[in-house]
Amino acid sequence: MQFSEDKPIWRQIYELIAMRILSGEWLEGERIVSVRELAAEVGVNPNTVMRSYEKLDGDGIIFNRRGIGYFVAEGAKAHIKQLERQKFIDEELPKLRERLALLELTIEVK
Amino acid sequence: MITTRKLSFGYSSHRDVLTNITLNLENGHIHGLLGCNGIGKTTLLKLICGIMRPQCGEVRVAGVDPMSRRPEIFSDMIIIPEEFDLPNISLERYATITKPFYPRFDRGDMRRYCEEFDIDPKIKLHSLSMGQRKKAYIAFALACNVSMILLDEPTNGLDIPSKSIFRRLLATYVNEERLIIISTHQVADVEQLLDSIIILDEIGVALNATTEEICRKIKFGKIDENDKVIYSERTIVGDVAVSVNETDVDTPLNIELLFNATTANRNAIAALFNTK
Repeated sequence: MQFSEDKPIWRQIYELIAMRILSGEWLEGERIVSVRELAAEVGVNPNTVMRSYEKLDGDGIIFNRRGIGYFVAEGAKAHIKQLERQKFIDEELPKLRERLALLELTIEVK
Repeated sequence: MITTRKLSFGYSSHRDVLTNITLNLENGHIHGLLGCNGIGKTTLLKLICGIMRPQCGEVRVAGVDPMSRRPEIFSDMIIIPEEFDLPNISLERYATITKPFYPRFDRGDMRRYCEEFDIDPKIKLHSLSMGQRKKAYIAFALACNVSMILLDEPTNGLDIPSKSIFRRLLATYVNEERLIIISTHQVADVEQLLDSIIILDEIGVALNATTEEICRKIKFGKIDENDKVIYSERTIVGDVAVSVNETDVDTPLNIELLFNATTANRNAIAALFNTK
């Protein structure tokens, strides 16, 4: 897997998992692949992948059943969308505004 | 666990290659060993696995001096040198001859690794290209299921798809009980595998920290107002810097930049990480 240089790798793996949940590849309530399996798939240090899982757990997107593994939380899709919206407003929108102002463009948001 | 204390080594009497190397390398990590040409990375690996004897200081592998020649150490550790000679026999035959030294060797594992690398273990090793031979030896080494693997420039000679297979195999191999050291200049090849960085320089160990600790203490990338800049470089996308992470941001680790910062401003980096 190719990683970009503009974000920490653990964050990119976090987003990869979030995308798999959003796209319906991984379903709410179902078990997801283990940290070791995902590390093997993307060729990343398992400690780094563990960090992504812990953050997703902390954000309430997945949860850990001791001895069994990680599961997608109920309502995870809606929750990811909510988090993504907030991130868009906090991080991407200010950059977009700056760029629009620079290019003297206006857009209407419905 | 591998530790060294005040380790020094020189090939001639007037110049030491390694001076005052004190390291604590814990299990469960893939340690990246970095340093300029001739700084002694390969020498350090040879000292750890007992190929050479330190002139000063000590090495302990799982608490044991490798110079004591205790078999339980050597049966649990393997080095993959940058260049090596293998006899002109098949990898299968090589494994049959060598496996008594490695009690946890698993032929099924070796065949699986060979399949991943697309290497036929029945072909004589001398009829393989240099890159293929390297893959064959990596397949053998991983199949030994040892706790400690030392790799010296492992991606040299590997083609593009093999590098990605190599990363997947190592990411699978490491666990809480295992320790991997990768000495390399090809940082981009292994960056995503490493979770611990060692930088050697003329004075000794310039940095030895986990990537998590590095990113907690250092901010990489563009410079903001009030940043305590340790080192900066001019690039096509503007100035990029290594700064003190005072605002608890999480920026992506840039090993190349970190390396240059350590070279240019060793004291500032050492102060952040309490390196002596």
